[in-house]
Amino acid sequence: MITLNAKIPEGPLEEKWTKYKSTTKLVNPANKKKLDIIIIGTGLSGAGSAAALGELGYNVKVFCYQDSPRRAHSVAAQGGINAAKNYKHDGDSVYRLFYDMIKGGDFRAREANVYRIAEVSNQVIDHYSALGVPFAREYGGTLDTRSFGGVQVSRTFYAKGQTGQQCLLGAYSSLNRQIKAGTVTMYPRRDMLDIVVIDGRARGIIVRNLLTGEIERHSAHAVVLASGGYGTIYYLSTLAVNSNASAAWKAFKKGAAFANPSFVQIHPTSIPQLNEFQSKLTLMSESLRNDGRIWVPKNKGDKRPANDIPEEERDYYLERRYPTFGNLVPRDVASRAAKERCDAGYGVGDTGLAVNLDFRDAIKKQGKKAIENKYGNLFEMYQHITGLDPYEEPMRIYPAGHYTMGGLWVDYELMTTLPGLFSIGESNFSDHGANRLGASSLMQAAGDGYFILPNTISNYLSGEIRTPKVPTTGAEFDEAEKKAKERIEKLLSIRGKNTSTTFHRRLGKIMWDYCGMTRNEEGLKKALKLVDELKKEFWSDLMVPGEGADLNQELEKAGRVADFMELAKLMITDALNRKESCGAHFREEYQTPDGEAMRNDSEYSYVAAWEYNGDDEPILNKEPLKFEFVELKERSYK
Amino acid sequence: MNKILFSAVSKKFVMALAGLFLLLFLPVHLGINLMLLKEDPEPFNNAAHFMATFPLVKVVEIVLMLAILVHVIYGITLQIINWLKRPVGYAVRNKSETSAFSRFMIWTGGAVLIFLIIHFFNFYFIKLGLVEGDPENFYSLAWQLFNIPGYVILYWICFALLGFHLFHALQSAFQTLGLNNDFWTPVIKGLSLIYAIVVPIGFAVIPLVIWLFK
Amino acid sequence: MKLKLKIWRQKNAKTKGSFVSYDLDNVSPDMSFLEMLDALNKRLVEAGKEPVAFDHDCREGICGSCGMFINGYPHGPVPGLTTCHLAMRYFNDGDSITIEPWRAKAFPVIKDLIVDRSAFDRIQVAGGFISVTAGAAAEANSVLVNKHQSDMAFDSAICIGCGACVAACKNASAMLFVSAKVSQYALLPQGRIEAKTRVRAMIAEMDRQGFGSCSNTGACEAQCPKQIKLTNIARLNREYYKAF
Repeated sequence: MITLNAKIPEGPLEEKWTKYKSTTKLVNPANKKKLDIIIIGTGLSGAGSAAALGELGYNVKVFCYQDSPRRAHSVAAQGGINAAKNYKHDGDSVYRLFYDMIKGGDFRAREANVYRIAEVSNQVIDHYSALGVPFAREYGGTLDTRSFGGVQVSRTFYAKGQTGQQCLLGAYSSLNRQIKAGTVTMYPRRDMLDIVVIDGRARGIIVRNLLTGEIERHSAHAVVLASGGYGTIYYLSTLAVNSNASAAWKAFKKGAAFANPSFVQIHPTSIPQLNEFQSKLTLMSESLRNDGRIWVPKNKGDKRPANDIPEEERDYYLERRYPTFGNLVPRDVASRAAKERCDAGYGVGDTGLAVNLDFRDAIKKQGKKAIENKYGNLFEMYQHITGLDPYEEPMRIYPAGHYTMGGLWVDYELMTTLPGLFSIGESNFSDHGANRLGASSLMQAAGDGYFILPNTISNYLSGEIRTPKVPTTGAEFDEAEKKAKERIEKLLSIRGKNTSTTFHRRLGKIMWDYCGMTRNEEGLKKALKLVDELKKEFWSDLMVPGEGADLNQELEKAGRVADFMELAKLMITDALNRKESCGAHFREEYQTPDGEAMRNDSEYSYVAAWEYNGDDEPILNKEPLKFEFVELKERSYK
Repeated sequence: MNKILFSAVSKKFVMALAGLFLLLFLPVHLGINLMLLKEDPEPFNNAAHFMATFPLVKVVEIVLMLAILVHVIYGITLQIINWLKRPVGYAVRNKSETSAFSRFMIWTGGAVLIFLIIHFFNFYFIKLGLVEGDPENFYSLAWQLFNIPGYVILYWICFALLGFHLFHALQSAFQTLGLNNDFWTPVIKGLSLIYAIVVPIGFAVIPLVIWLFK
Repeated sequence: MKLKLKIWRQKNAKTKGSFVSYDLDNVSPDMSFLEMLDALNKRLVEAGKEPVAFDHDCREGICGSCGMFINGYPHGPVPGLTTCHLAMRYFNDGDSITIEPWRAKAFPVIKDLIVDRSAFDRIQVAGGFISVTAGAAAEANSVLVNKHQSDMAFDSAICIGCGACVAACKNASAMLFVSAKVSQYALLPQGRIEAKTRVRAMIAEMDRQGFGSCSNTGACEAQCPKQIKLTNIARLNREYYKAF
């Protein structure tokens, strides 16, 4: 059994991070050169940390599966990035950002971590701005902000609907600077197959070169996972289709605890599924809810075109249920409400799995031009994908898997329970508790990468200065490589009838139906059985053509799906264990009479950190959450 | 230093400058040619004589010849290099929404070059004494040529192609020199069009008038 | 919908490739072009054959992974769309579609429709950055930026690095790609400090990577899925001349 030591510094909330930074152990510049760090992933956190660690003088090796680090999925974030700058003079502060996150996360995040990310958020904006990220500006030349995602202040910095892209390209540019300086070496088109543990410490990785199929060994004094979330477990999600959980899952199997795996955010406004081959659900920015009104017909199964349904026969259910926040309720609430209506038979479109997001009133009031200025590119994208014109008829939207609050358990230093293995950005269980607020993911990823990890990793590495370069010839490397090769052989040798995508799609359906927006004990237990059966079928009926020593995209997919099969069980186990509703985790058994989430603070105010236990059930470790600085409250948006 | 002088951008810069200089010379040449329309050969021959003997013109002439040489050599080498940048071509290639003029510069330019060589043999080399003939009476030489139907047809084709070349050339030169913005570029494109029509028509009209009226 | 596909198949960089024809039925007009290829690949894999390899990732038009030459156009015939956003609605029942990889000396074919675009990364490594160390930046609002300039910088910065400009250009030139980055920084005060060294380094690297030169045909602008403008190339030229 592992012990969870969060290593939260003593002292008042506002002083913890400052005190930590001033007292943590450092590595002197001459020694930094001798220390190798491996980073998996080149999103906002991976590229950012690689740049920052390179700037400090460490010897960094970075890996990504894409052909270029610039394609990491941070690129797709649309809305913005939060910071407590208070430029709008509207009463924002580090504390308020901290509090909004704690509350938004339904009191399931660690206070000290959340306060720290709120603190560094301002540095992130300064840094990106200096890197030439073209954030929106006021006419006077200062930075503009907008309000976003159910908060009362305007603290979201943005670059039209492409904030993620611009921030990622900023991070990519600083990464490039270090590649040029020689402190960072980039290894694109590599899939991480395993973590090599020597004497209880993470010392290296096994990767597959996706171009040649060659299995490579890389060693280091520390390994950092910045490999993103696992939302593609649902197959259909807003994530890049190749995003995967494999790196984090391999870490789990090598001793890193996995925390709150069932906390998955379902985004309320994505374009619904249109065809059976659909591979991806495209997000329509949350900002649309600022002007669009969400409704379904009052009559069940009303198949009339939306514009033919008169006002009195429309049910603006969010405005009805949540008069204070209306269409702007947080993501989890909006998603569940849409599902509730559709499950009850009021959904629109051919499948009945969609609700209307209507701009009729906004266009009437503000004019088509104003709406076009705000959302023109989104409307155009919608029209290209669906063939429907949102200026003329309501958009159809439906929730889609989006972001995983769960992830590898990390302490205050962002180190997992496997010494020497760190986890940053979405891949850790993070600062978002049971639900993430809009525009916080870029903030956390960038904060972790640029400003937190570079400060905390030195505490670990200061103990490593006497460790010589780790050779890649040891028994542990041999063993890990052998296992990786065996698995590839196994996947290739099944020669069944179905593609890994077919299995992935089926797994996704099970997870979506039973471990998605709402869960119940019966469904979860059924899902466990279904996943088990599917897993068996996968390992006996999978078809992967081609060979291992070649570019083989089917093999890549198969490996990722195999890992998802295992992770799915952990997600379900976690969802079964948490007998309360909190944030994105909604257990149908635990709700108020009017359908709101019922949290159980006395029994479940903890982080569930699961420990790998071979073929047996994973072991639950609990990190109790102590709220010293905020008062636990019911989260209400009514 | 080589990298800078012979970078892709620098080569284009030289091309553009040389081209622009040639663009300046064309109207001058046209002005002299229009004198062919007079009954009296004196003004034309005088102008030709002036162009052949005035010292300052001599200097400009050297620059002009250099400009032609540079423009041609750079144009051809750049084109060959560019061809090598796509060793395997496409099986299906659609007409993208770019003007055909811009895509066939090497061919329109080549046609103009061929005409230029003929032209040099007919006139310029006589002046230099490389080819036999009377440098003091280009007027009658021109008249003689314009009375050969085959020559006139070649002459017209070449000027039509020159027009196509010029239409892209002027705006392209400005773009290469870095002079492109939302306000001036449409103006430059308009001027390019006018120039590309007026100058070649001016040249082409001369043999036509001679045929019809003289 | 029923389609006749003619797809470039090439085992690897060393072998010669050729076109292979496939008939595909039951294509839904709601599918994206990549989903249509997924359907073909499903059929191939279930028959134990190697699927058509192509790069793709976000499938929402922003990562820049996907890109193929479709009936003579990079990313297909509809302007302003990446291949992943190209809906099959834009094709007709019975259409023949020829699909080729990007063709350029600087983008060698790796397999089928996958090409090596790492030359783009090397150009960015040469100078596509502002040298500021994490933690060294001043308060963001201490540097004021003209809104108009900043918006123009954004319009240049939205390049997704897909390579369609190179694929479209008859000279396989990367000028639009390079100019987008150079412009973004040239337009911002933060980027002016290193403007000269940046543009020189990036142009030198561009040449070294084997891209052609620009002959101002504008094919790149016409085919860019993000509609990056040709004025960027003029600005790149200007910045280059100013750098001496």
